[in-house]
Amino acid sequence: MKSDLTLKEVIDLLKKREISSVELVEKYLRAIRKLNKKLNAYLTVNDKAVNLAKSVKLPPNEKKPLLGIPIAIKDIFLTKDLRTTASSKLLDNYIPQYSATVVERLERAGAIILGKTNLDAWCHGSSTETSDYGPTKNPWNINHLPGGSSGGSAAAVAADLAPCAMGTETAGSVRGPAAWCGIVGLKPTYGRVSRYGVIAMGSSLDTPGPLTKTVEDSAILLNVLAGKDPYDATTSNIAVYDYTKNLNKGIKGLKIGFAEDYLLPRMESNVKDIVKRAAKVFTNLGAKVDYVKTLDPRLAISVYTVVQRSEVSSNLSRYDGVRYGGGREYFAQEAKRRIMLGTFTLSKGYQDKYYKKAQKVRTLFINDFEKIFKNYDLLIGPTMPGPAPKLGITKGQAMFGEMADVLTEPTSISGLPGISVPCGFVDGLPIGLDIFGPQFSEMKVLQAASAYEIATDWHKQKPVTLP
Amino acid sequence: MKNYTPIIGLEIHVELRTHSKMFCGCPGDHFGKAPNTQTCPVCLGLPGALPVPNKKAVEWALMLGLALNCKVNKESKFDRKHYFYPDLPKGYQISQYEEPLASHGWLKFSNSPPRRQAGNLQFPNNKVGITRVHLEEDTGKLQHITLDGEKVSLVDFNRSGVPLVEIVSDPGIRSAGQAKEYAQKIQQIVRYLEISDSDMEKGSMRLEANISLQNQKAKGKNQKLPDYKVEVKNINSFRFLEKAINYEIERQAKLLSQGKKISQETRGWSEKDQKTVSQRSKETAADYRYFPEPDIPPMEFSESFIKDLKKRLPDLPDKLVKEFIEKYSVREEYAKILASDKNTAKLGQKVLEIAVKEGVKTDDVAGIIINQKVNLVKANIAKIVSDIKKTQSGKISDSGTLEKMVEDAIKLNPKAVEDYKKGKTQSISVLIGAAMRLSSDKADAKSVKEILEKRLQ
Repeated sequence: MKSDLTLKEVIDLLKKREISSVELVEKYLRAIRKLNKKLNAYLTVNDKAVNLAKSVKLPPNEKKPLLGIPIAIKDIFLTKDLRTTASSKLLDNYIPQYSATVVERLERAGAIILGKTNLDAWCHGSSTETSDYGPTKNPWNINHLPGGSSGGSAAAVAADLAPCAMGTETAGSVRGPAAWCGIVGLKPTYGRVSRYGVIAMGSSLDTPGPLTKTVEDSAILLNVLAGKDPYDATTSNIAVYDYTKNLNKGIKGLKIGFAEDYLLPRMESNVKDIVKRAAKVFTNLGAKVDYVKTLDPRLAISVYTVVQRSEVSSNLSRYDGVRYGGGREYFAQEAKRRIMLGTFTLSKGYQDKYYKKAQKVRTLFINDFEKIFKNYDLLIGPTMPGPAPKLGITKGQAMFGEMADVLTEPTSISGLPGISVPCGFVDGLPIGLDIFGPQFSEMKVLQAASAYEIATDWHKQKPVTLP
Repeated sequence: MKNYTPIIGLEIHVELRTHSKMFCGCPGDHFGKAPNTQTCPVCLGLPGALPVPNKKAVEWALMLGLALNCKVNKESKFDRKHYFYPDLPKGYQISQYEEPLASHGWLKFSNSPPRRQAGNLQFPNNKVGITRVHLEEDTGKLQHITLDGEKVSLVDFNRSGVPLVEIVSDPGIRSAGQAKEYAQKIQQIVRYLEISDSDMEKGSMRLEANISLQNQKAKGKNQKLPDYKVEVKNINSFRFLEKAINYEIERQAKLLSQGKKISQETRGWSEKDQKTVSQRSKETAADYRYFPEPDIPPMEFSESFIKDLKKRLPDLPDKLVKEFIEKYSVREEYAKILASDKNTAKLGQKVLEIAVKEGVKTDDVAGIIINQKVNLVKANIAKIVSDIKKTQSGKISDSGTLEKMVEDAIKLNPKAVEDYKKGKTQSISVLIGAAMRLSSDKADAKSVKEILEKRLQ
C-alpha cells in the first residue's frame, strides 16, 4: 500500500474498494507500534478500532463520507468509554460517559478513532512539553518541539500515524503545531464548530479544528464538523457550505493584505523572506496583494493571557476530586501557575484593571480587523515567528507559549478563521503561512489556501529522519 | 427599642416549575425523586459539558420582574459566581451579577408604616423597592447521614441546575410584619403567574432576611445605612420569618444599647430554641470572582418581546382586591381573602357578577363563601347565589317583627336575663335561641343579638 495517503486518497481508495477499512486501520496501528515510542504522539490507542473497521461493509458515501476512515483525536475531546486525560495525571483513569459533539459527528460520518493524541496538559502550552506524559517529538527532527498544544495530532499526521487528526486551538494550538510539523491546520471561526465535550481551556476562545496533509482534507473534515449544536449555545446558526466547492476556483481578483506588522523586528530574516515569497505566489495567481498595517500583534499577548488565564482559573475549579479523577495535588506546575494568575485577575479590585481592560482591548482588535476586511478579502502572514525550537526550551519559560503564539493570538481573540499551510523550510524545519479572514469566511480562506497549495509543493515534502 | 429603626431587606429564592432544568434537558421537578436519577453531564458539571439556557425560565423570570413593577433590562447576561462547595459541581454557579433580567421594581404594603419609622431610601411611605430579579441555577443537595454505622455526606444532584429566581428587596422594610406581608405577596404573585409552587416546606421558596438597626439619633445627621448587617437563613415559614426578625431586632437593640458592636454574620433560625444562632462570620467579604459566563451569549430583548410578555400577565392580586372593593362593594378584609389565590379570585369574580345580576348583596355573598369555606372549584356557582337569595328572601328583616320576638324571648326567660345583668354575658345565647325558635329560624341571628344587646343594656 502506498504510504502517506491523504484523506482524499484514502476515501478514493475505499470507494474503489482497492483497500479495506481493516487494512487501513491495521496499517496505521502498525505504524503507531513502530514509531510512537520515538515520537510519543499517542497517549491511548483505541483497541476497538480493528473491530469497528471489521463492521464496515460499505465504501464512504454521501451519508457517511468518512465511513471506515481512521482518525486521531487530541486527548482533550471526550470519547465515550475511551480514556480521556487532557494529558494530566489528574484524569489518568478518566473514562467519559459521553462523547464530544465533534467526536459524535465524526463517528456519525463513519470515522473510526485510532487513538487519543498527546497535548500540553489541559492545552496549557505551545510545545506539548507540559504534558504529564512527556513531550511529543517533531517528526522532522526529534530533538525539536512539535508545537502545541495539539502537538500529538500534528506529529501523528506528519509522521503518517494517521491520515488526519483533530485538534483544538485557543490561540495557535492548531495552526502552530501544523506549521512546525509541516502540515495543514485549520482554525475555524469561533462558534463554527461545537465545543461540547471538549475539556474547556479558554471558553471564549476554544475552537476545534482539523490537522491534515492537504487543504482539501481540512475542507472535507470541516464539512462534517461545522454547524449549530443544540448543546453549545455559542455555536452559530449561519449556514454551512460544501467547503470543498471552491477549492479549484483560483483566486483571480481576490484582495489580499500582507500583514506587515506580523514580520516582527526580531524575526529571522530567512523566515521573513519565505513569507514574502509566499505573498508573491498569490500575486502570480492573480490576486491583488498589498502591504497592510494592523494593530501590532504583540499587543494581543497580554490581552490573550489575561482573558485565557481568567477563564482557565474558572474552568479548572471543577476538578476538585470529589466526583471523579484525582485531587488538586495532581495539577502540575503550569496549571497551578495559570489558576493563580487567573484567580488574581478576576479578584475584586483587580478585575477592572485586568479582565475588563483586556476585554476592551480585545474589542479594539475586533474593530481593527473589521476595518481592514472592508477593503480586503483576506490577510496573510507567518504562522509562527520561526521554526520549531529544540526540546527543553520551555523550561523556566512561563510565557513561552504566549510568545510563540504571538501571531495567532490577534485572530484568536477576534474569533477569526485561519489556516496554516506549509510555505518553506529553515534549517530543515518547516515554516507555515497563516491565511486568515473575517468571521465565517472559511470558504474563502480554504479557497486561497488551496490555490497556494496547488501552486507550490511544500506540502509534498515529508520528514526523512524517520526510519 | 424606641431609639432604633429596623432596616430590613429580603432575599427570596423561588424555584421555577419549568419542565426542564435551567441549562440542560433533565426534568426540573426533583421533589421526592430517587437521588441522582435526574442528572446529565451538564448538571453534574462533567468535563466538557456546556450550559444552554432554558428559554421558558428566562421568560418566566422576566414576567415576574414585570409583575413586580420592574424595569426589564433590554440587555442581560449570565455571570459565573465562584465558590467551592461539594454540592456545586462546577466550582461556580451560573448566576447574574451586573445585568440582571429586571430591576428597579416595587411592591405596595397594605398599611403605611408609622411615619417615625419611615425614611426609606427611595419610598417614604407604603412601598418597598425591589432591587433586582435575576435568574440562576440551584445547587445539589447534601445529606449528612449515618450509613452502615459510618457518618457520611452524600450529594444528590437532582436539584442541581433547577432554575432559581432571586428577588432582592431594598433595605426598605421596617418591621417583621411588613417583611411577612412582602414575602406573602411575592408568593401570591408567583403563584398567580403559575411559575412556581413556591412551597416553603419543599424548599421551592426560600427566605433570607438581612437585618440591622439604625440609631434614630444618628440618623438625623447621617442618612447612611448601618455599617453591618446580619443575614438570617433557615427560615421556612412566614411565621418563622416574623419571629426571627423580631428576635433579631431585640437581640441587636440590646447589644447596641450596651454600646456593643454587632458583628457582620450569617445566623440561622432555630425552630427548637426559638432564636437565631450564629452560623458563620462574614467580616471578610467573600470574593466570588464574578465574570461574564463565556459559554452563554448575552441576551437581548426587543421592545415587542417585552410588550408581549406584559400582555401575558394575568390580573394580579392587588388589582383584584381593588376591583372587589370598588366594583363589587366587598369589604377589604373579604376582598383580600378572595384574591389570595388565583382560582378563588377568578371564580369569586364570577359569583359576584351573578350576585349583581340577581340583586343579592355582594358583600354577603363574599362573606358566606369565606365563612362557610365554600370550595368554589367544586361548587355550582350559579347555585351558590340562588341558595343565598332563597335564604335571604325567607329571612325576617322587618325590625318591628324582630323586636316583638326579642321581647317575647325576654319574657319567657327571666332567669337568663337576670344572669346576663349579673355579668354572665354568655347567657345571651339562651335568649338568642329562644328568639330564633319563635321566628322558626327565619330571623337573622346577628340582628337578633344586636337588638338583644341594646335592649338589655
